[in-house]
Formats: sequence, structure tokens, C-alpha cells
Amino acid sequence: MTVTQTRSQTSYLSDGWTLRSWLLTTDHKRIALLYFVAITFFFFVGGIGATLVRYNLLSPKGLLGSAETYNRLFSMHGVVMVWFFLVPAVPTTLGNFLVPLMLGARDLAFPRLNLLSWYLFILAGLVALYALIVGGVDTGWTFYTPLTSFYSKGHVVATIVAVFIAGFSSIATGLNFIVSIHKLRAPGMTWHKMPVFLWSLYATSVIMVLATPVLAMTLLLVAFERLFRIGVFDPAIGGDPLLFQHLFWFYSHPAVYIMILPGFGVVSEIVPAFSRKELFGYKFVVWASVAIAVIGFLVWGHHMFVAGTSLYSALVFSILSYMVAVPSAIKVFNWLGTMHKGFIRFDAPMLYALGFIGLFTMGGLTGLFVAALAADVHLTQTYFVVAHFHYVMVGGMVSAYFAALHFWWPKITGRLYPEMWGRAAAIIIFVGFNLTFFPQFILGYLGMPRRYNAYPPEFEALNVLSSGGATILAIGYLLPLGYLTWSLFYGDRAGDNPWGATGLEWTTSSPPPTENFATTPIVTLPPYQYPYAETSRDD
Amino acid sequence: MTEAVDGHEFQYSTARHQAETAVSGMWLFLATEMMFFGPLFLAWIYCRHAGPTAFDAGAKQTDLFIGTLNTALLITSSLAYSFGVFFIEAGRRRAMIQCLIIAWLLGGAFMLLKFAVEWPLDFEKGLFPGADFALAPPDRNGAQLFFVFYFFTTAIHGLHVIVGLGLIAWVVLRAREFTASRHTPILVVGLYWSFVDMVWIILYPLIYLIGRGA
Repeated sequence: MTVTQTRSQTSYLSDGWTLRSWLLTTDHKRIALLYFVAITFFFFVGGIGATLVRYNLLSPKGLLGSAETYNRLFSMHGVVMVWFFLVPAVPTTLGNFLVPLMLGARDLAFPRLNLLSWYLFILAGLVALYALIVGGVDTGWTFYTPLTSFYSKGHVVATIVAVFIAGFSSIATGLNFIVSIHKLRAPGMTWHKMPVFLWSLYATSVIMVLATPVLAMTLLLVAFERLFRIGVFDPAIGGDPLLFQHLFWFYSHPAVYIMILPGFGVVSEIVPAFSRKELFGYKFVVWASVAIAVIGFLVWGHHMFVAGTSLYSALVFSILSYMVAVPSAIKVFNWLGTMHKGFIRFDAPMLYALGFIGLFTMGGLTGLFVAALAADVHLTQTYFVVAHFHYVMVGGMVSAYFAALHFWWPKITGRLYPEMWGRAAAIIIFVGFNLTFFPQFILGYLGMPRRYNAYPPEFEALNVLSSGGATILAIGYLLPLGYLTWSLFYGDRAGDNPWGATGLEWTTSSPPPTENFATTPIVTLPPYQYPYAETSRDD
Repeated sequence: MTEAVDGHEFQYSTARHQAETAVSGMWLFLATEMMFFGPLFLAWIYCRHAGPTAFDAGAKQTDLFIGTLNTALLITSSLAYSFGVFFIEAGRRRAMIQCLIIAWLLGGAFMLLKFAVEWPLDFEKGLFPGADFALAPPDRNGAQLFFVFYFFTTAIHGLHVIVGLGLIAWVVLRAREFTASRHTPILVVGLYWSFVDMVWIILYPLIYLIGRGA
């Protein structure tokens, strides 16, 4: 122990300057930064796909001219954004950085496994880029059989291998988080004294660990079928293509919660900090995350209402899907309850978090439309669905990611980002997002199907509006890349706790030392003990 | 920067804390593995349910003798490994090493029988699905589906056995480090080896028994 204390003063950023000290690090904070670099890269790769899709749709005939090219573009956009940005985004970056800090631990339970997960991710990314460069796939991110196994002309197997490997990276991260949260909590940190961010990552990790292997096996079966031209999903020999959809959505619907639950955690940290109030209904927020993770496993059939499943199973899946809305709504009400009569500060993290609440609510409520059997028959496979999940994934999750990035930026880098730029970007992203995706609700309602490179001329105005909004959105996403990078070199030095927030991560220095804490902290109070709560109690 | 402090990594309070954590990590990993094999078993049972006659016609072509022998080998291997765990807990390192070597050899024998004897026999009989498949209609299609499952699943299980054999070799090579109080890797590898066993215990009836009962 004497050894550790002499080293505890060195910031993790200056503990070694060689390339080796980064690429072979087992420090969770450095691995988080490695992930930041990888994920930012893939965010912009996927973004280029989105840009070209919106460019194509500026004209009813499709500006790119080729349906095949368009199919490969939106498939690439989907695959990259889902598995190489949304699923890993918050857990592997902010999660890796913050889980040990919030637990009061020195590292995750399995630091070498953590590094391995990054290498798996990079390997998966390289395979995905290879598949992309040699021509990509035209199957959509959902890889439906028998298109994928027999008819698709793209590089299906390479793409599947990429997703397969990325899956194991995600399993490694989830496993590390669950075990760390069980075993490495600081003395005094009982389950109900844990920050909500940890709870939501715990719920996320349960899904990662239990759902991802199902996808892995399913994709292996598809790869087998494609390679040997015979397989489990092949109806010619008594297999069942619909079985693929069951297995795929058994992972991919819970995966939606992998993508959104960390966002709930982020917002639950930020809203109390910028309202100077204790989180309203802590236990409800916490157990709502768990409920979402559990019920999320039981709703996959709602992706198959028009696939010929039985009416009774469809009814059950519809009702269960409605049930997920309950814990989600509990969270939204609790955030609003936290802000009620709080001293609200509109700094950039809070603006992003407010954007999250509004956009997520829109995305969630429109989810009820498509969970309703009759409405879904009309809306499925239209732009309504596209708008719905982009409100949750992009409006919700990407906003939460940026909220988290700004909130913990001073802790991660030891520098303050320029506040005015942060606020401007948050507002530009919110406006650009709504301009891009709100018209798509109307388009879908009017019957414009998704995944086509051309459309009837009467949809042109709304599509041009959507593409125009996408331009604003793109500017909004490029801004943080600029000013956050700038702040790395020229930003003001951050104190240990620039927001006056609670949580163990704010008790150590910014940036934290390699050992995180000079002495192991002892937790006595519940989280979110903001001054307001104390003064009101004294009254 | 996780060099050992007092025999454990710096995020743990004691060596015992570290050992417990490693064991829970492996249990959770096995839960993942269960969900990995789960869809395969589900698909298998579902497809058999849809076309049982042809499935059973396929199953009757499998080699019951080798399958049964292999089951015995793998279970005995796990038994030997478990004795190894008892021996190291009693501080008898030498006996532990002998048990683990026996476990390794039995696992190796399983692999040889499965992939150097049984698979070639299956190929000779024309049981690999495709244009040259041996069985004639009406059972031809469903039996091919059975053999898709057969070859796919035994390959995936075989990969797990290879990983298990690698892990056993790794603990045997590190055997000098282990004592009655410190032998976590032996426990962790043992959990994995038993899991590989249990997957086979589900596969054995699926491949060899159910089709013959009908």
C-alpha cells in the first residue's frame, strides 16, 4: 500500500507518455479515452452514410441514381451506428471512465479483460470497414433471411463477422461492469446509495451479457447458411425464416434498451446537479431501469406484427410493449419532479439533458402508436417508424451522450469547454434534429415507405425540409468536435468539482490520478444531497 | 497499472476478495454461454417439432456407439478434474496435476473420436447436407436439416472443448504457483470445463437418442 500512495499524485494523463503506455494500458480511464477515439471515428463514418442518404432523398427520383447504392448506404449507416456507436457509446467511454470512480474503486474488476474488449472492438471495426470498402451489404442492419442467406449480393459474411466480434467486446464490458458493481463498491455504498448512472449501467450490462450471445449464435447460423447454401432458416428443407426474426429481435429489441438506458442514467445525474435538488423518487428511477431491462426481454414479437405471427401472440406482445412505457414514463415524471421548484441552471449539459427529455418523450410516445396492432399495420415499414426510433436513438441517446460528455469533460480532461459554444451547439442540435425527423413522422403517416431510394413527387417538400434539417444537425455535431478539441489545449483549468455536483468522482482531482483515490472513500450519505434539500429540511 | 500488491491486484482489498471476484466473473460468463447455446437448442427442438419423421430418419444415421463412448469420456474427464480440485484444496499439488492431466487426456480422446473418427465416417456415409446427401425423399430434406444442426453444433461445441483443453494445459503449466489457499484459476477453469460437459449432456440425447426412441 505504501507503493500506491507515492504514485497517487500523478494524473492518469501524465502517467506515461509512450504509445505503449496507451496501447497496453489497463487503466480504465485510458481505455475509456481509447474508446472515445474509436467511437468518435465511427460516429462520423455512420454520419457520412446518413448524409448521403439525406442527399439522395432531396429529389423524388433519388440523386444517387442507383437503388443498389442507396440500399448499401442505409445498411452501412444502420450497422455502423447501431453496433459501432449507439451500443458502445456511453458504456465504453463514460461508463469505463466513471464506473470505478463512482464506486470509489481503483479500477474495474478485470482490467485486462477491459483492454481486450477494446481490441475486440477495434478488430470488429476493421472487419466492418473492410466489408464497407469492398462494397458493403444491401440487407439493412437487420440481416433478414432469406435475403441475407441466399439472395443478397453484398459482403454479408464479413459484416456478420464484424458484428459478431463487436458483440463479444460488448459482452466483456457488460460482464466487467456487473462484477465490479457487485464486488467493488466502496465501504458504506449500499445498493440504494449507488448513483443512478451505475444502476442504469448495471441494467444495461445485464442485457449486454444475456442478449448479445443470442445475436452471436443467430448470426453464426446465418453465416453457415450463406457459406454452405443450406441452413436452419431455409424453408426448402423445413427450416423457418421467421425463426431468424424471433432470434434476431430477441437480441435487438433489448438492444434498444442497451442504447437508451445509459442515457437515463446520464440525465438522472445531470438534472439534480443543475436543479440543485435531490433526485425526486430515487428508488422509482432505479427500479424503473431494472423493470425496463426485464420487460425489454419480453417484447420482441412487436417487430413481427405483419410477419404472419398468430393474433394471440401479437396481442400479448402488444400489451407487454405498452408495459415498457410505464417505467419509462416514471423516469420522465421524476426528472420533471426534480426540476420542480429547483434552482435550474441552463449550462450546456443541462440543455442537452432537457433536449433528451423532450425528444425521448416524443420517441417513446410514438412507440405506443407502433405497439398498437391496428395502427402498426398502417405505420410499419414507413418513415413513421424511422422517425420514431431516431427520436429515441438520436434525439434521446446522442443528446444524452453529448450531455454526459460536457458534464464530465472537466473531470476527464482537467479542462473546461467554452460554455457559450456548448450551449449554442446544444440548441443547434435540438433544432436541427426536429427539422430532420419531425417531417418524417408526417411522411410516414402519409404512407411513404422506408428503404426506397425514390418516392412520389408529392413527398418532395417534406423530404427537402428533412434534408435541410440534417444539414443543421450535421453542423451541430461538428461543433463539439471543434470546440472540445480546442479546449484540450486552450480551455481553462477545471477545479475538482466545477459543477458543485455530488458523487465520488467529483471528490478526486481533475483529471484523476491513476489510482483514482489516495485513500478509499467511505460513503455515509445517499446520492444527490444537494444544498437545496438540506436548507429546505432546516426550514 | 495493476501490478500485484501483496499478492493481489490493486483494486481489491485482499487476495480472497480477488479470488471471489474471479469466480463470480466466470459464473456470469457461463450465463452468457448459456444464452449463446440456448438459441441453437431452441431452434433444434423447434425444427424437429415441425418435421419429426425426417429428423428422426436423420438421427438414426448417427453413430450411437461413438456418441455414447464420447459422453462417458467427457463426463469422466470432468470427474477427474473435480478430484484435482479436491486434491489442491487438501494441498496435494502432485495428485492435482495428475488428475488434471488425466482430464486433459480424456478430453483429447473425445476430440479425436469426434473429429478424427466420427466426422470422417459421417462424411463417408454422405451425411453432410448438400447435393450429394445420402438419404432419399421423403426424408431427404428434413434429414439434411438435422445434419445442418449436427455439424454446426458439434463444431461449435468442439471449439469450446479446444478452449477448455488450452485452459487446462495453462493451469497445469502454472501448477507450481498453486497452494491449498491459492488456486483460483483451477476453480475458474473447472467451472468452464464442467459447462462444456453440460452442453454435451444436452447434445447427446438431441443427436443420438431422441430420434431412436421414435
